[in-house]
Amino acid sequence: MSQRPTPLSILIIDENRLRAAVIEDGLRDAGYAQLTVVHDVAGIARKIADTDPDVIVIDLENPNRDVLESMFQLSRAVQRPIAMFVDRSDQASIEAAVEAGVSAYVVDGLKRERVKPIVDMAVSRFNAFARMARELEEARSQLESRKLIERAKGILMSTRGLSEADAYALLRKTAMNQNRKLSEIAESLITAAGLLAPPEE
Amino acid sequence: MGARSNYEIVAGLMPLLDSAILVAAREKGFAAEEGIDLTLVRETSWASIRDRLAVGHFQVAHQLAPMPIAANLGLTPLAARTIAPIALGLGGNAVTVSNGLWRTMVDHGAHADLDPATAGRALRAVITERAKGQSEPLKLAVVHPFSGHNYELRYWLAASGIDPERDVEIVFVPPPLMADALAADTIDGYCVGEPWSTAATVAGVGHIATVKAAIWRSSPEKVLGVAASWAEREPDALAALLRALCRAAQWCSMEANHRELADILAGSGYVGRPAAWLLHGLSGQLDIGGGEVRVTQDFFIPFAKAATFPWKSHALWFYSQMVRWGQVAHTRENAAIARDTYRPDLYRSALKPLGVALPAANSKVEGALLRPTPVGSAGASLMLGPDGFFDGALFDPDKLDAYIEGQKR
Repeated sequence: MSQRPTPLSILIIDENRLRAAVIEDGLRDAGYAQLTVVHDVAGIARKIADTDPDVIVIDLENPNRDVLESMFQLSRAVQRPIAMFVDRSDQASIEAAVEAGVSAYVVDGLKRERVKPIVDMAVSRFNAFARMARELEEARSQLESRKLIERAKGILMSTRGLSEADAYALLRKTAMNQNRKLSEIAESLITAAGLLAPPEE
Repeated sequence: MGARSNYEIVAGLMPLLDSAILVAAREKGFAAEEGIDLTLVRETSWASIRDRLAVGHFQVAHQLAPMPIAANLGLTPLAARTIAPIALGLGGNAVTVSNGLWRTMVDHGAHADLDPATAGRALRAVITERAKGQSEPLKLAVVHPFSGHNYELRYWLAASGIDPERDVEIVFVPPPLMADALAADTIDGYCVGEPWSTAATVAGVGHIATVKAAIWRSSPEKVLGVAASWAEREPDALAALLRALCRAAQWCSMEANHRELADILAGSGYVGRPAAWLLHGLSGQLDIGGGEVRVTQDFFIPFAKAATFPWKSHALWFYSQMVRWGQVAHTRENAAIARDTYRPDLYRSALKPLGVALPAANSKVEGALLRPTPVGSAGASLMLGPDGFFDGALFDPDKLDAYIEGQKR
């Protein structure tokens, strides 16, 4: 007869509120209910003492990680020793976490199989968040390029009397000949037109 | 087309004046001359530097001198075997206190001369008085438990009759946030590398009470931490990097280059603060607060006095302080791990072709030199010292047990 293990208490520290929410959701969906999220490390010793976490998840780039780690060493706030990561010998897990930009601290002696799903979840959510941020950035730059091309077309239409289709075809041909992006050609053209334009009245 | 590179090396660094040698190695072409394509990555914490060294994102890194020792002793999370084959200069730190605390210290006999003995006595008097008035203990910040800052602050306090564990509270704050924490009264003082003391004095929120160079003259601060597995796999790349760093250190030491160096370090990829702030530390002309500038001897030494030599006596002194403050138990094995972390053998074999001064010994009695003294060396002649501790104590690495015993409380 195995006793049902007590639920794990997890503390998530992330200055990025959106990412913290994404991780929190993931862990909650996976059935972890004892979650605490903090965005600011001010007063973190108190938070640690109050929640007595089994696992702490923090973003790798957080400048306060040294402060957090020093607490594990010296502060009376931490009642139980905390080590980092599931298992020091699990190099693949460690690499995946550092690659994803997350670090996890785990109470010493906690069984590997209990912690691994948490760390794996944090890693996959961090990666998903990074992907999402990247896609958002791409969408933004696509929108930006489309606007540039529209403006460049307008300049060609008014200065050279081209139709919209011909203006576009000219831009495209130039881009292909110079082996550059359409948006880059459009940008150069807009800059050049700006430089050559007669001073405004 | 650039010159062909034989080696690609990625190094992590923190925004500090003493990243100068690594930065100059890249920016002034010393790395490229050795066939190294050196990429520098600014990090946000020492923990991140350690982790990325452990998983191989970095082959080498700017590290606090005790960090590789702590890693090899298994005292830190994600501890990968790390060696220190070169130091990144001597000195460079200051102890800064809030204007309020400084005024009280002056009332108790402190002078604006950076003297650690009088400043320490004054601080002790302030603490005694506060204890009578039931005031909260003073909060003093350092950046990391395994740092020169932590140990020299504690050394200064203890030698001044202040118990760092009982009479004050030592807390941890990232360097760029120190001046703000002081201004916000979250802390009463801190020990940190430049330009983060200057940050407080130019903002008018703090006063430099003393400096590392006065607590322990010519003392170790940062090293190049190298992933041991990489060093074993790529000995030629490491040797080339050590030569590039040595040349860079020499360049950094020349006064004529200080303005250019300050400009480079001020860049957003490095320290990201005004060049004028960095010049204080480079010239040793510290803005100590209240509009006063003090010339400090040997404030930061990048090259002279074998400043890049990884002395085993430095490693053992750090180890003695880890034992002193309860971070590790003293055993013969642990002492050997600390001693073997620093690798003067690799330094010597890599730098021999340069004809620079190479100390003949691996260890020295720390604090024994009261004036500049010629010592045995290969290559160019070498002057060391003065290297005294402010309380006149000596650290003889051959008498480690006695030193540790003598520091027990």
